[in-house]
Amino acid sequence: MNVRMDRPTMPEIWAWLDQVPDPEIPAISLVDLGVIRDLKWQEETLQVTVTPTYSGCPATSVINMEIERALRKNGVQNVQIKRQISPPWTTDWLSDKGRASLLAYGIAPPQPAGGPENCPRCGGTDLERVSQFGSTPCKAQWRCRDCLEPFDYFKCI
Amino acid sequence: MDPAFEFLCRMGDNTLVLGHRVSEWCGHSPVLEEDIALANTALDLIGQTQLWLGLAAEVEGAGRDADALAMTRDAWDFRNVLLVELPNGDFGRTMMRQCLFDAWHDLVLAELRDSTDDRIAAIADKTSREVAYHLERSRDTVIGLGDGTEESHARMQAALDRLYPYVGELFETDAVDAALAEAGIAPDPGNLRDAYDARITGIMAEATLTIPDSRFAHKGGRDGVRHTEHLGHLLTEMQWLQRAYPGATW
Ligand SMILES: [Zn+2]
Repeated sequence: MNVRMDRPTMPEIWAWLDQVPDPEIPAISLVDLGVIRDLKWQEETLQVTVTPTYSGCPATSVINMEIERALRKNGVQNVQIKRQISPPWTTDWLSDKGRASLLAYGIAPPQPAGGPENCPRCGGTDLERVSQFGSTPCKAQWRCRDCLEPFDYFKCI
Repeated sequence: MDPAFEFLCRMGDNTLVLGHRVSEWCGHSPVLEEDIALANTALDLIGQTQLWLGLAAEVEGAGRDADALAMTRDAWDFRNVLLVELPNGDFGRTMMRQCLFDAWHDLVLAELRDSTDDRIAAIADKTSREVAYHLERSRDTVIGLGDGTEESHARMQAALDRLYPYVGELFETDAVDAALAEAGIAPDPGNLRDAYDARITGIMAEATLTIPDSRFAHKGGRDGVRHTEHLGHLLTEMQWLQRAYPGATW
């Protein structure tokens, strides 16, 4: 553990948090996911404002633990996680880097049209929905009729 | 009795009891995709319960939290409508109940987004997105099964006939509702009925199903006067661990 006397800069802290993978989709970071809304010093305590994705997402408490752990590891001892539900999280908050990482990982990123644009495997456009829900609350199941492979689509919310 | 507390329990108990009922399908659904969809729906509803009952506990200010409200109240303190505590029946009946509930839930949340209470508006804004998704799925499933095979059509009609008498309770208005409507905190439930009827009429027409003529309504859930015998059994299972080992965590 690093112990340092000076206070880290905000860009430094954001960079640390950008190293923390989403517990359910480790291909993207918590910063990419857009759930970390604000960082603020309250005297010696770093207040981290987090907006949960889905109300019932079991990853929410793990996300809070991972944030605290990453900050402690980098020498920030006093961390306070503040939950903020308004404005509600939306897939518009996914970063461009996050969207590219999702695609590379095999998950089609969300589209305003409500369905994937291309098959993440072959790029095909002849796609069909298998189920509105998938392996985590944020995903739906689709299939590509070109390469016949099923794939996850990150739902648009 | 604080009307705000009462109202928040009504919202939270609806999502809690329905969430528990839907979770009973986990591992039992007709196909894997439906199993996942039902489990995710249940998860959303339980998550929404944490928001509603969390605020109820805060408003009450008696040192209870969402868990205490969910796990240590008895049947007579629950404020959910009877519709959500009914046993699941077959998959078709479960989806019919979901559709009848989602169509109302979606309408009430749209109104609550404009609540004069910012905390309620924030919860409604967040959960309405999830509920719109639930409604899309339950509506499509009801239409698909209603306008499906002879067997699925017959089962969906039977489900609608059985559940429709439980719809009316969603639109009951009492002193709690009047007080909240007056303060602009929540809509008068009765005012949602026309929009609801228009929706359900459209869905059932597409599903080739016939809505019963009678508006007779079973009541007693949302005011806690008389729940069905089914709620006690549900709570026995849901609350067992906290009753046997109070305060247990893991
Ligand atoms: Zn493909």
